Amino acid sequence: MTELKFVYVTYIATTPEKLWQALTDGAFTERYWFGTRIESDWSLGAKVSFRSDGSISDYGEVLECKPYTRLSYSWHVKFHEAFSRERPSRVTFELEPVGPGRAEVKLTVTHEDFDPGSKVLAAVSNGWPVILASLKSILETGTALAATSAEAAKAAKEKAIALAESA
Amino acid sequence: MRESKFLPKTVYVTYIASTPEKVWEALTSAELTRQFFFSRTIEIEPMVGGSFAMRMPDGKFDIKGKVIEWDPPRRLSVTWGVAFEEFRELPESLVTYDIEPMGGSVKLTMTEAHQWDVPDAILAGGRQGWPLVLSSLKSLLETGKPIVVSVKMGPPKEMIEAIKEAVATKPWRKAEAGE
Repeated sequence: MTELKFVYVTYIATTPEKLWQALTDGAFTERYWFGTRIESDWSLGAKVSFRSDGSISDYGEVLECKPYTRLSYSWHVKFHEAFSRERPSRVTFELEPVGPGRAEVKLTVTHEDFDPGSKVLAAVSNGWPVILASLKSILETGTALAATSAEAAKAAKEKAIALAESA
Repeated sequence: MRESKFLPKTVYVTYIASTPEKVWEALTSAELTRQFFFSRTIEIEPMVGGSFAMRMPDGKFDIKGKVIEWDPPRRLSVTWGVAFEEFRELPESLVTYDIEPMGGSVKLTMTEAHQWDVPDAILAGGRQGWPLVLSSLKSLLETGKPIVVSVKMGPPKEMIEAIKEAVATKPWRKAEAGE
């Protein structure tokens, strides 16, 4: 419970290739990730940018990239000073086919490298389940959850800031 | 029994494009649990104090407990005793589902709470199983089809070892004595 990382596992009826595209194509991420385009050329050491409303909110660097299997990048949350004073954390996506015929994938998301008392960790622990639920929905049904739309982003960010400032 | 002595050890949250009533129905209907909960059918008396069990395809029960909270379509809480031989002496846990409407979807929170200082090796079983069960429930409600996996999902080996050790040493007795 007090461990300084967040781990979430979900199972998605899709292929590793489609899931990979959903994680690495900015035009796709903005459909289920609160309107955020996550863009990079995904080569080792390349910059990763998180763009919403036309401006870069966060950025990071590619730490590992093994297509359809494993992706890891650092992440510096910049959209508010409650978070930007913390050092960059690290997020890793592991994709594992588990079903008959590569049509079911186990996705494990690990978000780590936080200092004790991290406000970013508290915020992402709330944020990941809804983003990953929306990712699963869009891959399985073609429609993301309304709760992660670009319109919902402002309220979600305000809630995260209020939580960080009250702690 | 006092629920306050149970401490949450594993929490899983998901969001489902559905209604609280349909999520409640999925969690409490034998026909639906059979499709998303490792082929188990639920048997539950719809009232506080009622009996609760999960039946395996071979007809035997592997989970038995009692209904602690029955508040459709918001909150269901049951005691959770594993009926397998090796597990039978372990103190039962408490499993709670909280269902909340949220932004046009439903937020479902599963909390597994324990009344003793359970080692991580034993918690690993639930931590492996719940994500699949709840991912499959979400798929079933959104697409009509559960998640099918071909990899085997039995209890981890370390878990069986940890259960044998716990049953031999009964560390929960210390907690009871300290009350």
